Amino acid sequence: MSQPVAIRLEQVCKRYPGAAGLAVDHLDLEIPTGEIVALVGPSGCGKTTTLKMINRLIEPTSGTIEIHGRPADELPVHELRRGIGYVIQQTGLFPHKTVAGNIATVPRLLGWDKARTRERVEELVDLVGLERQMLDRYPSALSGGQQQRVGVARALAADPPILLMDEPYSAVDPIVRARLQDELLDLQRRVHKTIVLVTHDVDEALKLGDRVVILNVGGVLEQAAPPAEILADPASPFVADFLGEELGLKRLALLRVRDITPDTGPVAEVGDDADSVRALMQEHRVTWFGIREHGRLLGWQWGSTLDGEVRADGAEPFRTVVSPDTTLRSALDGIVNSLTNVAVVIDDDGEYRGMVRIEEISEGVR
Amino acid sequence: MIEDALAYLTDADSWWGRNGLVNLTWNHVRLSGAALLAAIVLAVPPALLLGHRHRGGLLTVTLVNLSRALPTFAVIAFVLPVSYQLDLGLGFWPTFVALVLLALPPVFVNAYTGVDDVDAAVVEAARGMGMRESEVLRRVEVPAAMPLLAAGVRVSAVQVVATTTLGTLVGYRCLGTPIIQGIAERDYGKVLAAAVIVAALSLLTDAAFGALGRRLTPWADNPTIETKASVQHAT
Repeated sequence: MSQPVAIRLEQVCKRYPGAAGLAVDHLDLEIPTGEIVALVGPSGCGKTTTLKMINRLIEPTSGTIEIHGRPADELPVHELRRGIGYVIQQTGLFPHKTVAGNIATVPRLLGWDKARTRERVEELVDLVGLERQMLDRYPSALSGGQQQRVGVARALAADPPILLMDEPYSAVDPIVRARLQDELLDLQRRVHKTIVLVTHDVDEALKLGDRVVILNVGGVLEQAAPPAEILADPASPFVADFLGEELGLKRLALLRVRDITPDTGPVAEVGDDADSVRALMQEHRVTWFGIREHGRLLGWQWGSTLDGEVRADGAEPFRTVVSPDTTLRSALDGIVNSLTNVAVVIDDDGEYRGMVRIEEISEGVR
Repeated sequence: MIEDALAYLTDADSWWGRNGLVNLTWNHVRLSGAALLAAIVLAVPPALLLGHRHRGGLLTVTLVNLSRALPTFAVIAFVLPVSYQLDLGLGFWPTFVALVLLALPPVFVNAYTGVDDVDAAVVEAARGMGMRESEVLRRVEVPAAMPLLAAGVRVSAVQVVATTTLGTLVGYRCLGTPIIQGIAERDYGKVLAAAVIVAALSLLTDAAFGALGRRLTPWADNPTIETKASVQHAT
């Protein structure tokens, strides 16, 4: 681990009064600064308990928790929490406060002056993608997705280095959830927080986590590793089972077109003669060819319809065009939907970067 | 009878003087207001604390049931000799004590329920952001409980204003006075006129506290909340 450790759990146990077993069992965990760590597991695996022990909403029965090298119980609990953002599933927005009032909660607790608070609130509303005209509305007038964005803005208000998120997206519908997840990743590229996120959804954990921590019932650590590593090499039958079906596709979702080497493909220049095009198709064992002019890929044409030299106006546009940022999973989806069985890679400048076939994709995950 | 009532109401003598309607209304409002205020001062602080700790649900239920069984007139009769012994006079204090007892339960129950019922996620978020317990109560639970609390005060206020009339029976001069007088004098127009004034005052109280409640909680756009924990009382 290259980054310094933000949160360290050492031999942390939690036993609830009256419970037979442990909720969290001698957990050792290091959470690196600036990374998203996703805690995931079935009900009763202690993931939420673990999260709440970090901001001491739940006190551990034994073991130590250090935050930036200092024991979590060194500070008075309210001061510790003011330095840690907290986002929860049901948002927990204050119904009697406007959006602005909700976001300003921690700055007010910290005694910031009005101008500074107002400025920060507006900055945050922009950051999480809300309209400024929403500042004076009450939470009950917002949609679920908007409420969740306000919850994130409120947690980030005093710019805490650490953000704890307890199943932040499980109360919103799948479409909004996917968008909020993308927004979080986008946000994280700008704010670089240490984020600990609890979820019961393994796909969410794999998508969001730089590292994924898989816990089993009774608070037992099964595996803690980057998502690609977990998918490639599950540490136990439990992990393999928990990851579910379609492991290959899940791995493809983590890789991007830029991670593999596309093939130039059977591409002819405008003006090439029919013989050279036939040789090109034979070499690539295809019955079609791409048409390029001045570095731009115009489209493709069946070899059988070629008459004389290659002309620009014979080009049929490619159905599947991807960018280097496209995941291999959606590239693959495009490939199976295209007549030519390739995905054409075009970069942000419109430049042709090659073609991806199923062969290159399966090479990439090997 | 309606003509008699109108005649009574349009006679200037009915309005002014020691037994005039102006003076009687002022006495009525004064006693009602004092009883309501006392009930709020007595009920709200313990209700908020118990609600914050989620303790005392049983106490709340008991209090409501007990208060329903308690006839206000019996309370007046019971306090009367005590008040007399303590040299506090006959009219005001016995009625005041009975009205405070009448006003307590709705205020207490609604304040308690309001805080007890605040969404657990909201309270957890407040703690998680670093509020001290006192800040959780002051900044989150009490404001969030305000619609219910205001509704409880409103219910009590209306009951108190209507029931203050009973004070006349132990010698307190208020809007009950013309009713009793009217019965004694067989002047039913007077009885009707006084009853209408009491009813109007009750409605006015209801409207005023309703408006105050909406003013205090502009965010509560859900009118059904007001009836949620309101308690019905027999007077």
